[in-house]
Amino acid sequence: MEKPTNQRAWFLVLPVLCVVALSAVIPLMTVVNYSVQDILGPEQRLFVGLEWYRKVLRDPELHGALLRQLVFSGAALAIEIPLGVALALGMPQKGLRASACLVLLALPLLIPWNVVGTIWQVFARSDIGLGGVLVNAAGVPYNYTAHAFDAWITVLAMDVWHWTPLVALLAYAGLRSIPPAFYQAARIDGASSWAVFRYIELPKLRGVLTIAVLLRFMDSFMIYTEPFVLTGGGPGNATTFLSQYLTRLAVGQFDLGPAAAFSLIYFLVILLFSYVFHTAMNAADAGRSSR
Amino acid sequence: MNTTPRVAAASSPRARVLTPIYIALSLVPIYWLIGMSLKTNEEILGAFSLVPRAPTLANYVTIFTDPDWSHGYVSSMTYVTINTVLSVAVALPAAYAFSRYRFLGDKHLFFWLLTNRMSPPAVFLLPFFQLYSTLGLFDTPWAVALAHTLFTVPLAVWILEGFMSAVPRELDETAYVDGYSFPRFFLRVFLPLIRSGVGVTAFFCFMFSWVELLLARTLTSVDAKPIAATMTRTVSAAGMDWGVLSAAGVLTILPGAIVIWFVRNYIAKGFAMGRV
Repeated sequence: MEKPTNQRAWFLVLPVLCVVALSAVIPLMTVVNYSVQDILGPEQRLFVGLEWYRKVLRDPELHGALLRQLVFSGAALAIEIPLGVALALGMPQKGLRASACLVLLALPLLIPWNVVGTIWQVFARSDIGLGGVLVNAAGVPYNYTAHAFDAWITVLAMDVWHWTPLVALLAYAGLRSIPPAFYQAARIDGASSWAVFRYIELPKLRGVLTIAVLLRFMDSFMIYTEPFVLTGGGPGNATTFLSQYLTRLAVGQFDLGPAAAFSLIYFLVILLFSYVFHTAMNAADAGRSSR
Repeated sequence: MNTTPRVAAASSPRARVLTPIYIALSLVPIYWLIGMSLKTNEEILGAFSLVPRAPTLANYVTIFTDPDWSHGYVSSMTYVTINTVLSVAVALPAAYAFSRYRFLGDKHLFFWLLTNRMSPPAVFLLPFFQLYSTLGLFDTPWAVALAHTLFTVPLAVWILEGFMSAVPRELDETAYVDGYSFPRFFLRVFLPLIRSGVGVTAFFCFMFSWVELLLARTLTSVDAKPIAATMTRTVSAAGMDWGVLSAAGVLTILPGAIVIWFVRNYIAKGFAMGRV
């Protein structure tokens, strides 16, 4: 059945628009304003056109941060999505055990982000942290405050620890929506467990997995607080991702123009990627409803 | 919800072992945090031990006797509550519109709302600061609550729209034929039907507002300072006081753990109804 057309529906959307105007539209316009002006003082502004954009796009530090960001987001997705699905497949079906597993699994999601950084700070330190001490005891020299590679592994491990539960919860919900009759039919046909996963569970998971990829991509691309607390972007610039660099530019050095231009480019990059995912998701939705 | 056990789940025995092991491992860092919160700084730095040798609550006493901490707790809770109520309230009618009607620009509007969920908070740091200072909202819970609607409102619309679309449209039409007005139908019939969806939505708004710190810290200075920011400040003032830091960390985990226990049966169900 088609949805009826009703222009008065705009009135229902109005409250959201008012709130979002205050929290998104006006601030975004301010950023656009900054990005084309040189602000010299309270009343002194100079229109500089696209100068800041040129400057930012040629900034080698930005290129470095972008590259690190892409590698980080790629690695996070590559680990978290398969791991999350595997965890969902192994969840107990019902009863107290299932509840306990759900709550314990989801716990990292409810921890304030700076505390996530703190937890890993005290856990991974090679002098007082259990994780750091164990790795060193196993004969692997490890110190995340001094070595770039160790810092990377630590930030990645932290992100996996923090966000894999979200993927697992989404996938678990997807699995729960599969009618038992599907499994009965598969058993009658003598399907192997791989075949059940490949031809029953995976297609049913496509919708939730698209959301999981979308959410994980966006959030890992915006990561700020956790590495800020854990490594502060170091050692050197090794774990300085885009948000860190942007905040340093805007709040640390107060370079409003370049920071604003950078903000808009940053936003457009996320928008572009997300649009591609969104289109893919709609295609998946359309495929589902036509079945 | 169908609770019939799955007859032949695909998960191999290996997967069934993996999940409990993963959960156990994922609790180790939290265990370590709790352990450290029960140790004195001398023990933390002096002797490495898996279990605190002389467990002490001194770190917690330090926190509870300092009014800054309870104040931080209250202000965090205030803006999270305002944000959750506000987000759900404005998202309900909008989600209904998206789920039930076609209107000019609906698809573009929906996607545009989602783009707000995709904008890095760091981008909005300075404009927010200026805007809320001009409006006289700086350092009030309202500033943080409004700033957090940047990502909670789109999320709320998105989740609620999914729940509402799962309710057949014939129900609305029957109700209107029966003479229900829109507000009466919405509050009396429709809302009770999707109450688990409202619960899940509120949970997600709570969660994302509770864990965010960058905006919350920037938009407050004294009066509305969130608990997590109090934490960073106290620690930097006292050098690296690992014990107190850990105790504060444990205390910020608690509200989340409590909330998630209440919605445990709805999370998975909510996801399943919402967007599968």
